[in-house]
Amino acid sequence: MDAAALTSRFPATQDLAGKDMPTYRVAGSDLLAVVSALRDEQGFDLLADLCGLELQGRPVRFGVVIHLLSTTHKEYVRLHVDAANDRVPSVSSLHPGANWHEREAFDMFGIVFEGHPDPRRILMWDAYPYHPLRKDFPLAGIEVPFPAADVAEVTGQKVEPAPMMGGPFVSHGGKLSEGEPSALDQSWTEEKPKA
Amino acid sequence: MKITKEISIGDVAARSEELRGENMTLNMGPSHPATHGVLRLSLELDGDKVVKCDPVIGYLHRGDEKIAENMTYNQFVPYTDRLDYLAPLANNVAYAIAVEKLAGLKLPARCEAIRVLTCEMARISSHLLGIGVYAMDTGAWTVFMYTFNEREKLYTLFEELTGARFTTSYTRIGGVTRDIPDGWLPKVSAFCDGVERTIDEVDKLLTRNGIFLERTEGIATISKEMALAYGLTGPNLRASGVPFDLRKDKPYSGYEQYDFDVPVGVKGDCFDRYLVRMEELRQSVRIIRQVVKTMPGGAWYAEDAKKIFLPPKAKVMTKMEELIQNFMLVTEGPQIPAGEVYFEAENPKGALGFYVVSNGGGVPYRLRIRGPSFVSLSILPAIVPGNFLTDVASILGSLDFVMGECDR
Repeated sequence: MDAAALTSRFPATQDLAGKDMPTYRVAGSDLLAVVSALRDEQGFDLLADLCGLELQGRPVRFGVVIHLLSTTHKEYVRLHVDAANDRVPSVSSLHPGANWHEREAFDMFGIVFEGHPDPRRILMWDAYPYHPLRKDFPLAGIEVPFPAADVAEVTGQKVEPAPMMGGPFVSHGGKLSEGEPSALDQSWTEEKPKA
Repeated sequence: MKITKEISIGDVAARSEELRGENMTLNMGPSHPATHGVLRLSLELDGDKVVKCDPVIGYLHRGDEKIAENMTYNQFVPYTDRLDYLAPLANNVAYAIAVEKLAGLKLPARCEAIRVLTCEMARISSHLLGIGVYAMDTGAWTVFMYTFNEREKLYTLFEELTGARFTTSYTRIGGVTRDIPDGWLPKVSAFCDGVERTIDEVDKLLTRNGIFLERTEGIATISKEMALAYGLTGPNLRASGVPFDLRKDKPYSGYEQYDFDVPVGVKGDCFDRYLVRMEELRQSVRIIRQVVKTMPGGAWYAEDAKKIFLPPKAKVMTKMEELIQNFMLVTEGPQIPAGEVYFEAENPKGALGFYVVSNGGGVPYRLRIRGPSFVSLSILPAIVPGNFLTDVASILGSLDFVMGECDR
């Protein structure tokens, strides 16, 4: 790891003196150039991890942490990037493996990755309104309305049924026959008692 | 212009006439035996050929990272069981080492050796299942029966060691929950003899089996460059010809003392990934034999870490200092200094990484889990198109993923 080459070429880069591996804070505008220089000149060929983080004691709320690994020199490097206005340039053009990690950081924190080829949610469903890993999101979660109002009115259900409902190994929704193994009887709720 | 229609599996045969010439969207999963859990693939088919593959994940998302921010370090250990639930012991160890690295703890040699032993047993357990179900995915039933038989013996050993067959929760920050029981190591040696015979049998059944070769050879080849670009780790990376193994290249928990080889593939197709796992099984047996032979004596937990590891139970009820220590640790959690750490361990599925940010105290500020299966699946949109629908099961099995770790 040639630290001097990095800090002299990118003056905005700040050495954070990481205890377990070299750690730098990189300006968002430099990120793509830094990652590409590390990959092509210093052998950091594998993006080990990319995740979002709610920052403490920084002017911006969110940041992104990238861990790069060199399979030839057997060492790691960590890059911190502040997400000014919740936006960070996407590195998935340099490391295609970052694609899903960035989708997850968007899903969990709401960080927007500029230039991302497929900016969708990944773990939560597409219409989900919150970003659950933010510190102001409660651990118990927030109940969200069932997406289809007409279905909700008839069945009284508040959560979406499992997508395998109606599949070959799952009994049919609604009324279940006696003795049929079932996970959830959705024909009644607390408001609408069992007939 | 091609039109894409969405239809269910049952309709395919009945409507094949009118669909001729159109691309078809087929949902494979989330409840499908070849997807090994709750993975859903949204496939676009042109006849029998896949032209587009869009994995839909998140069906097993439990919010482990959110949960971790709200409990003490030791309370999170049972949650790590449920990441890669085919090798819970390896997850326990990876998590414990990550936090210990942040705390700057040095563990006694016996504890490290026990951890290496359990990690390698977990690897055997995971690979046996991986190969067994892979054979089943490609049409061979018998192999699964052989490998599951051996796994059952492993579970009996795990139960004797940890008290649980499946959800072991064996490690604590600074050590393990209990020492090795008397007479357990000879049983491990006996298991090694048995599993070697089984590996040979599986080898004879599969490796030169014509049907198996046709289903796996040359399918979904991942080049070295591609494997690195997508961040693959573990057997999937090594099968593509990158000789990188964290046990060798970033040794942890005393792996450097043991003698073992790292198998590396040549072509990076499904068959190479199978071969790498077969050889890793043999190497794991080799490591286990060495650990059993050289198991050091002494303490099995960090005795000087008074603010991290619980005192022995016998002393808690008789000594005041230990009682206070026990009380503080249980109520406030192990005291970990402020800072950040990233640690990856070579798990059966690949590199399981933990990024821990601590503000001091007993609860992490942020705990990020880098699941190797999540990364392995992200390559699917690049390697599945161009293959036949029947090959999808073969490709999925060769990547050996587990959804508990992918969705977290």
